[in-house]
Amino acid sequence: MIRNRWARRHVAEAIVKFLMIMSFVIVAASLGLILWTIIARGLPSLSWSMITQTPKGGYYMGKEGGVLNAIIGSLYLAGGGTLLALVFSLPIALYLNTYLGESQWGQYVRLSLDVLWGIPSIVYGAFGFALMLEIGMRASLLAGIVVLALLELPIMVRAMDEVLRLMPKDLEHAAFALGSTKLEVALRVVTRQMLPGIVTAILLAFGRGIGDAASVLFTAGYTDRIPTSLMRPTASLPLAVFFQLATPYKEVQERGYASALILTIIVLIISLGSRWISGRLSRYTVK
Amino acid sequence: MTTEFVDLNTPTRKAKTTGPLSTDTHIEVQDLNAFYGKVQALKNVSIRIPKKQVTVIMGPSGCGKSTLLKTLNRFLELTDGTRITGKVLIDGQDIYAPEVDETEVRKRVGLLAQRPSPLPMSIYDNVVYGMHIHRMKRGRKEYKAAVRHYLEIAGLWDEVQKRLHDPATSLSIGQQQRLCLARGLAVEPEIILGDEPTSALDPISSVNIESRLLDLKKEYTTVIVTHTLRQAKRLADYVIYMYLGEVVESGPAHEVFTHPQHERTKAYLEGVF
Repeated sequence: MIRNRWARRHVAEAIVKFLMIMSFVIVAASLGLILWTIIARGLPSLSWSMITQTPKGGYYMGKEGGVLNAIIGSLYLAGGGTLLALVFSLPIALYLNTYLGESQWGQYVRLSLDVLWGIPSIVYGAFGFALMLEIGMRASLLAGIVVLALLELPIMVRAMDEVLRLMPKDLEHAAFALGSTKLEVALRVVTRQMLPGIVTAILLAFGRGIGDAASVLFTAGYTDRIPTSLMRPTASLPLAVFFQLATPYKEVQERGYASALILTIIVLIISLGSRWISGRLSRYTVK
Repeated sequence: MTTEFVDLNTPTRKAKTTGPLSTDTHIEVQDLNAFYGKVQALKNVSIRIPKKQVTVIMGPSGCGKSTLLKTLNRFLELTDGTRITGKVLIDGQDIYAPEVDETEVRKRVGLLAQRPSPLPMSIYDNVVYGMHIHRMKRGRKEYKAAVRHYLEIAGLWDEVQKRLHDPATSLSIGQQQRLCLARGLAVEPEIILGDEPTSALDPISSVNIESRLLDLKKEYTTVIVTHTLRQAKRLADYVIYMYLGEVVESGPAHEVFTHPQHERTKAYLEGVF
């Protein structure tokens, strides 16, 4: 009886279980290490003036100021980009599910979105820059928003698509039985039922957008001022981190870590906030 | 989906409608064939369903009774790979004619599904939903009155009047089925279809739904699919017995139950299956 413990299937299970736990440990440890680095190095220089002031003269040499320009810039860029992407993503995702479904065309659309998802963000940046040169536009908040929306679009659509595929067929049929059109089912029933998943998809895209440096490098530019117009260039946190870490001054480098910490906290607050909102909204969801 | 032209004057081989009907025909199915891919689920089905009576479709599992029901409100086409030939006439109009709007058909022919599927909204909004999309009422007052009216018909008002804005999923499954009935009646159909509407319910809820259906037959033509013979006997005014995708026998309930014409029907009624 006891020898059975060492039968091949039990050994196989033990090995696979060990591998699964190890994978988890490696991933969790990496995340912990990243967080530890930015907290340990950034927290000491994280001051009130960091988040309430724009860079003063000599900021990049260790003098006074903060990164308010980049905080506001990033919120504008990622917020605008996510909103713009959402305007296109939700209709695409609904069309993909309601009308194309698992058809050949549906699969082509999914394949192209997956390819777009895999394109490095610097390519989006270069594409946006080429387009701007063509129409004679300068680096601006608007250009940054448009390029971020392009970057976020495939992520948002595919994440929504995967969520909408899980829509219970019974529920759709119940609405069809009352004489609904496909559009009415999509807008009044599917969107409502799948709202928590849709919020998660938006969040995923927002996270990618606010953390991206390469796509806004050429398109949104960088400035020490808070943008006052869509046509003016704007700073962003990822670039603020990049520029500060690139200076030879230790204090400024530490401010770079503090900026990274601010970026992480913003993402955390927005994640928790939208989870709370979607929890409130999912009161009527059919489990 | 293709709809073939059927010559109405040619008597169909498989038509087994027994005797003239005492009341008007509401739904007439002519030479209906239904396919799931290459599998034929309905074979030359021709039946007449009388107005304002309860018609029960019965037969062993897989005989095509649910499929037949789904052809009556153009529900079969929601499943991929299905195909239908033949005609379904409601008040003489073919619901598969190209100019027919399927959402109008589904508004006129309500469906009570096997398991209740409340929509992801409040109890109140579930009843309002159908009236809303068809723009049947004006103003909050009219909607409120209508919600009350239909919940009363479904026998649910007393239980939910104080919690109309709670999620519909907070109701018990028996209550949910009555809510689905109220929701279906709110779009003012002429016909109610029931696809084993009590099979997921507890005995008390089942009796409740059955008695609602018996009340409603004064005003609605009702077609119920069931696999319980006792329920068929309790509800039916008119019976259709199916076997392997074909209609074996149909006629007034008392005739079919007491003097079945076919061996297969007799065997089923005696519980040989």
